[in-house]
Parts: sequence; structure tokens; C-alpha cells
Amino acid sequence: MRDTVTEPQKEPLIRVEDLKMHFPIYTGVFRRHSGDVKAVDGVSFTIQPGETLGLVGESGCGKSTVGRALLRLYEPTAGRVVIEGDDIATLTPEALRLKRPTMQMVFQDPQASLNPRMTLSAIIAEPMVEHTRMTAQERQARVFELMDAVGLNRRFANRYPHEFSGGQRQRIGIARALALNPKFIVCDEPIAALDVSIQAQVVNLLEDLQDKFGLTYLFISHDLSMVRHIADRVAVMYLGRIAELSPRDALYAHPLHPYAEALLSAVNEPDPNRARRERIILKGDVPSPANPPKGCSFSTRCPKVMDICRITRPELAEVQPGRLVACHLYTAAGSTGASEAPEPKHNQSQQGASS
Amino acid sequence: MTDISLDRAESQLAAIWRQFRQHKGAVFGLCVLVFLVAFVLLGPYLWQAETLKVSEALKVKNKPPSLRFPLGTDQLGRDMLDRMISAGRVSLAVGFIAMMIAIFVGTFIGVLAGYFKRLDGPLMRLTDMFLALPLIPLLLVMVMLFRDRIAGIVGPELGAFILIVFAIGVTSWMHAARIVRGEVLALKEREYVLAARSIGAPPRRIILRHILPNVVSPVMVAATLGIAEAIITESVLSFLGLGFPPDFPTWGRLLFDGLQYMQLYPERVIWPGLAISLTVLSVNYIGDGLRDALDPKARGR
Repeated sequence: MRDTVTEPQKEPLIRVEDLKMHFPIYTGVFRRHSGDVKAVDGVSFTIQPGETLGLVGESGCGKSTVGRALLRLYEPTAGRVVIEGDDIATLTPEALRLKRPTMQMVFQDPQASLNPRMTLSAIIAEPMVEHTRMTAQERQARVFELMDAVGLNRRFANRYPHEFSGGQRQRIGIARALALNPKFIVCDEPIAALDVSIQAQVVNLLEDLQDKFGLTYLFISHDLSMVRHIADRVAVMYLGRIAELSPRDALYAHPLHPYAEALLSAVNEPDPNRARRERIILKGDVPSPANPPKGCSFSTRCPKVMDICRITRPELAEVQPGRLVACHLYTAAGSTGASEAPEPKHNQSQQGASS
Repeated sequence: MTDISLDRAESQLAAIWRQFRQHKGAVFGLCVLVFLVAFVLLGPYLWQAETLKVSEALKVKNKPPSLRFPLGTDQLGRDMLDRMISAGRVSLAVGFIAMMIAIFVGTFIGVLAGYFKRLDGPLMRLTDMFLALPLIPLLLVMVMLFRDRIAGIVGPELGAFILIVFAIGVTSWMHAARIVRGEVLALKEREYVLAARSIGAPPRRIILRHILPNVVSPVMVAATLGIAEAIITESVLSFLGLGFPPDFPTWGRLLFDGLQYMQLYPERVIWPGLAISLTVLSVNYIGDGLRDALDPKARGR
């Protein structure tokens, strides 16, 4: 199921259109509104039912903000988030509350995402208390069912979160997210706070659950090898925008956007005998999202920067079937006369070196 | 389904009590407080002061402790033990009820200000305003204005009690409000509150289930200090002649009465002072133990 690329003609479960999330900055004595941190600045993508979309990028590029805005834990500044035909961004509070069971979230820090004063069964049962009219016994039965599903011993039902290890806590968080049979789960760096040995367990659990319950994931992470393992398609974010959105295998074999290329060159190759592509080290820092560069946001650090990059902002466009890239190298190449021909060649040679 | 045995199937209350007993200070405090409460509640049944005429009473004034007067007599020949007992009833009642009002109001305002951003400014400015008010003059004005009116409805003594408790309560909630607001601001950003929101829990349920249980510790501390403060404020009011009527004993009142004779008869200051100190101390320790017992993290250790 996971290895086949999902056919694009199916109606997507999630459709995000031009999502913007700006956080206002107030300065001075009078707290004047002097600007915005553009954490997410025009992000669009779709997720097919049963698919896992990986969302990668460096710290502070707006990955988590996208995830939270998707579930309207933040009020988006602009844009549409259509989940099963309803625009989450504009639903009334009551309609949103009724919509909540379809979409759930697994949080980054399993320690912080569980109330230290609630027992495990109270935590997992909470969504059911909010959204169903189950009796206490039915709830308890369902809690046990969920604990079995995520691999927690039933005996632990009356324990408190601090008595568990990180991996077990993350399982509790996953059980809570599953309680209402959601269709879509945002996994906000669910493995970032875990030991490497536990990361694989949790990711495998997420995969098993996806097969079992037909879940759709948005998997946010900065761990590129983990995303490669779990995701069907991968979106690479840079400074609040999507740089490239490609099927997993195509992206990892042959990244198109210079940023994606640089990012993937940082993935470690476990086998020392295999030749690995040369590490691309970017110079400089990420520009401030409060004052992003004019034109392409990556133009300040891009090794292949052209004049047009500093002036016009490239739009995300499909350059190869199923592959969307926001880069003038591919889209504006003909009009500016910039070399499109050398670029793919360059990439080809790199790909050749890596394999 | 429930044939499997659960770990720690005992109830919350049992677990809390088990942890509370581990805290020696708290258990000691609880014993002292129970003793004090028993002293003021059962005292009148165990010890009845003799009814003396004025002329007889004047002959036995300023007596040291003896079998007839276990704690001695005061400058008007009144039995100190009897006065300590009835004073304790009032003082403890004022202390606890005023503290509860203050904590309730303070927590309420603090939670609203911390959780709802729009209410934060107005409510905190209100709190600042109350903090800036000179309390004693404010209390005096309140008592002056309302004493007779309330006394007319429920009688002079109960009237004075209600008025004082209310006056102390509404003028000492500010610290609790500030503490709670700060805590709530921090808790609100925790991921489990975010998780509750993503589940779709309405604000009141988030506040009751996720925020309030986690602000218990600072509130406990504020509450235990509040009792002491309330007892002392009441004695200040009584001292200024605007609390209870002069013949109506409270521990604070006894303390101030004894102050003039402190050098001649120090025990007259020591008894009420000791009672107030013991109350405050025991409540402090109980609060400490309760705070630990209510925290599941500390409970495991």
C-alpha cells in the first residue's frame, strides 16, 4: 500500500490552499503593530486518503506551525484548509468542535503533552468524554482496546505519566489521538524527543496503525532518514514556504530544489564503502521570517543563485509529473536564458556519484 | 474484561492520604489543628467559667494561673481560659472563611486573567488598584458604612462576623490572583493544554481539568499564609474598635488587651499569641503536606 504512488485523480482528504500564518510583532511604548513574523507564508498541498506526507525542514522553518494551523490550534491569517469538504479555517467554533474527531495530533514532547495529574486511562478517555456518550464501562473497555493497539500493558491503566518511559508516553499520546477513530493525524515531530532505539519502535507502530485503521498522516520531522522510511511524498519547507514537494523516492534519488539538495546531502550514509554525494554546506544563516528577502527566500544562501531569484519570488509549479518545485532554475529558465541544460546534468552527475 | 488486576487500583483519596501520612510535619500540624479546633468547639462543655458578680470579679482580677482559673484572670477578673475558648471559635472561623473567600476570588480572577487574553488587562489593573488601596482605611470605611445595616438584618454579632469576614476576604485576594495568573499563563502554553484543545474540549473543561489541578501548589501556599493574615487583620480591626464589639473576645483582641499589661502579666499575651502562632504554623505544615500529596509525581517517592 505504501510503495505505490497514490493516483492523483482521487479526491484528496486534505487540501491546503495558500495557508498563511503571521504572528504580529508589537514594539515600542504603545505596542504598535510594527510587522509580522511570517512563520507560514503561502503553503499549498494536498494529502490523499491513506497517504503519509512528510514535512521536513530545518528548525524554525514553520513545520510545526503548519501542523498546528491545519488543526486550527492557531487561527490562520489567510488561506483554506479543506478536510473532507469542510474549510477548517472558517468553521464556527461549534462546527469545529464536532469536526475535531476526524483530525487529531501526536505531539513532539511526550512528557509535556500529558497532564501530570491525570492517570493514563483518564488521559486516553478524555476525547471520549468530550465527544461520545459512552458509559464509564464502555470507555474503560475502549481504553483497554486502545492500549492493546499501541502496545501498552493493561495493568498500567491507573498509573501516572511520570511513571513511564519516553517511548511509552508517546504510545499514550498516540492512543489518545486514536481514541475517536480519526481519519487524519498530524504527527508533530513524534520521535524527536525519543532515544534512537525507541524511535524505530514508535515509527513502526505508526505504520502498523496506518495499515490497520487506514490513517492519513502529516508527518513533521527534521529526521530525513525517518521521513524516507515512513513518507509517501515529502514536502521540503524553507522559511515558511514549500521549496519542493515530490514523491519520496524521486526526491531522495534526485532532489530538484537547491535547498532540498543541500538538505539531503546532510543525510548520513550508514555504509562507509558506498560513495556518497558531496556534502553541500550552505553559507550564512536563515533570514529572519519577520523580514524575508525579496524574491526567492532562499536566494541569500543558494549556491546556484541567479539575478531573477533576488527579484521575483518563484511559485510552486509542477516541473515533472508529480514533482512540484518553487525554483527559477526550472520554471523561469526559458524566459531568462539561464541555463536549464547544465542544471539537470549537474544533478545527474551527483546522482551518479551517490549511487 | 476486568479480570486482569490493575496496578494501583486504590482510589485517589486513599493514595493522597497515604502520601500525606508520610509527611511528618503535616501529620503533626494536623494533630495540632485538630486539637485547637477541638479545644474551641468542645471547650465550653468541659470547662464552664463561674458566673461572678462585678464586685466579686474585681476581687479576683489579674490573678495568676491557679486551679480555679487555669490560665489566670484578666484586668476585669474574667476567666482567661473561658475567653480563650470563645475567642478561638471566632478567630478560627474568621481565618478560615476569610481565607476561603480570598482564595476563591483570587483563583477565579487569576484564572480568567491568565486564560482569556482579553480579560487580562482589565482584571490585572483591577488587582493593581486593590493592591494600591490603603487597606486599613478602606476596611474602616466599609465597616462604618455597612455595620449598622447588616447588624439590623442579622443581629450585631453575626452582622459583625459577616462584615469582617467579607471585608477581609475581598481585600486580600490580590496576591492569590497574581500568583494564579502567572501560573496559568505558563500552563496555558503547555502541550497538554494544546492537546486538550485539539480534542475539542471547551475552555471551562480545560480550565477545570487541566489548569486548576496544576495550580494547586501555589494556591495552597497562598491559602495557608492567608489564614494567618486574616486572623491578624481581624485583630487589627478589633483593636481599632471597628471589628467585633469590645466585650466580644477574639484571639487578636485578647492579644491587644494584654499588650498594655505585658510587662506585669506576660502570660496574657503569650496565650493568644501562642494560639495564633500554632494555628498558622499547623496550617502551613498541613498545606505543605497536602501539596506534596496532591502531586502524583511526589506521591510515587
